[in-house]
Amino acid sequence: MTESHTLTAAGLSLSYDGAPVIDDLDLVVPPGSISVIVGANACGKSTLLRGLARLMKPQGGSVQVDGRDIHSYPSKQLARLVGLLPQQPVAPAGITVADLVARGRYPHQGWFAGRSAADYAAVAHALEQTSTADLAGRAVEELSGGQRQRVWIAMALAQEPEILLLDEPTTFLDVTHQVEVLDLLMHLNRERGTTIVMVLHDLNLAARYADHLIVMAQGAIVASGSPAEVITAETVRTAFGMESLIIDDPVCGSPMVVPVGRFHHLG
Amino acid sequence: MSVVAVATASRRSRARTVTLVLFAAVLVMSALSLAVGAYSVSLPDLLATLVGQGDSKNEFIILRLRLPRLTMAVLVGLAFALAGALFQSLLGNPLASPDLIGITTGASASAVFAILVLGLSGFAVSGFAFAGALVVASTIYLLSWRSGIAGYRFVLVGVGIAFMVQSTLGYLLTRADVRDAQGALVWMVGSLSGTLWAEVAVAAISIGILIPVVVLLAPQLRMLQLGDDTARGLGVRVNVARVLLLGVAVALAACATAAVGPIAFVAFVAGPIARRLVPGISLVPSALIGVLLVVTADFASQHLLPGGTQVPVGIITGAIGAPYLLWLLATRRSRGEA
Repeated sequence: MTESHTLTAAGLSLSYDGAPVIDDLDLVVPPGSISVIVGANACGKSTLLRGLARLMKPQGGSVQVDGRDIHSYPSKQLARLVGLLPQQPVAPAGITVADLVARGRYPHQGWFAGRSAADYAAVAHALEQTSTADLAGRAVEELSGGQRQRVWIAMALAQEPEILLLDEPTTFLDVTHQVEVLDLLMHLNRERGTTIVMVLHDLNLAARYADHLIVMAQGAIVASGSPAEVITAETVRTAFGMESLIIDDPVCGSPMVVPVGRFHHLG
Repeated sequence: MSVVAVATASRRSRARTVTLVLFAAVLVMSALSLAVGAYSVSLPDLLATLVGQGDSKNEFIILRLRLPRLTMAVLVGLAFALAGALFQSLLGNPLASPDLIGITTGASASAVFAILVLGLSGFAVSGFAFAGALVVASTIYLLSWRSGIAGYRFVLVGVGIAFMVQSTLGYLLTRADVRDAQGALVWMVGSLSGTLWAEVAVAAISIGILIPVVVLLAPQLRMLQLGDDTARGLGVRVNVARVLLLGVAVALAACATAAVGPIAFVAFVAGPIARRLVPGISLVPSALIGVLLVVTADFASQHLLPGGTQVPVGIITGAIGAPYLLWLLATRRSRGEA
């Protein structure tokens, strides 16, 4: 599990119904780290993530894992390398937490074999890591938003992917649960070495949790690197069209964006 | 590990209890169907006849008249219920059942065409019914495809097609001779009366081939329920899996319709009733409910109507199913899900 797998995009072009969203984009995801994609609404960040997760077929270029085009992998083999948590996943009615998390084992199961000991162990471990073991017998639809998101992450963990992609995992969560989910992902990354790539809305949380920050605007990457390098008043202006003041986050020293707005002035 | 095991176990035990109760109910109804009628047989005599120890009169009535009819009821109940449960699950919509979206109607229209226009009878008509179901299903699939299949659009296209097929059926019947039309009527309501062992054999073989395919594809069905994106992320080839499963479901509905005509609403109600008893997808309980429905409705159609009238089984299932459809529509609307 310590061997690192690379995720790269080269000359990637993605479009919806013929309308290009991303054109000729190059990206290298640093293995074993947390990469966060940020950008204004409709900048193509979710599209990029969908492209990386083989949910979209590129119009040009390719996405590669370990140098091999993701569309040339057998689907289960790729699913053991790259996991995905979509923005608003739907749980089938009446499904229990244990059952949902167990479905994460699908890419490890053959046509006829039932659940193996490894499957049970992976599910139990995923429940434990996400503190959802005591919810195992509950129906997913009865849970609160924060609990439900932890359950979905548990499912992605049971999949045991080397690279985990998440599309706005903190949407619709209050700030407590946002931090809880991000802490969980960080723990995963530090403990297991799972490479994490996620789209986040909140710039300050992104700057705090990212090892590698990717800023997008109009379907292109406008800056990438460590948050300290990337987050400048200039970048924020380019990507979000907004004036801001950058200060040090008093908790952890990462850059923090303080928006200015129309009715307030600096100084 | 123990938590997972316990949680799964409690769910499994509930599913097992429901399955056993349904199975017992099917057995009781089957025994009733075999024993009760214009000439009733006692339980010991029934059992003796079934193991080949009965007298010749009982043997004729039970083994030649009642058992083929019961076996057919079991087979088509199973096939309709599985077809309906698969459709509803794949398209994520309780209205997406082959009897509501024109697939079984397509089979009927095709069969009626074969009888009235081509003058065919017997298995040739069944062949036409099967082909009609496939043609309608493929048409709906192609018309509703927009870089993927959305359940909602599939249902709307299906309802539109159902009306077209229905009007074709009406046209064929109004043009036909009254006596021919009488024979064709069976293909519009579905009937089990006068079932022969040869017909049972054809249905048993075709449905018997399809059941293992369903079992083989069931894990992919469970994954598809998580939504296309999640399923794809977990390594399911979503479009391939869905086409295969829909194909099996269409074939099941087509086989059953080809055998006995479109027994209304069995496909439509079996899945939702099963889901109410056991949460999640429950193909086995759905199939058992389908069997129970058809066997019970057939029993009712023969023995429970006032004045000793006998009607085709499809009229009974329709009379039960239609109010259920209205109730489902009303309650779903109020919860804002429809």
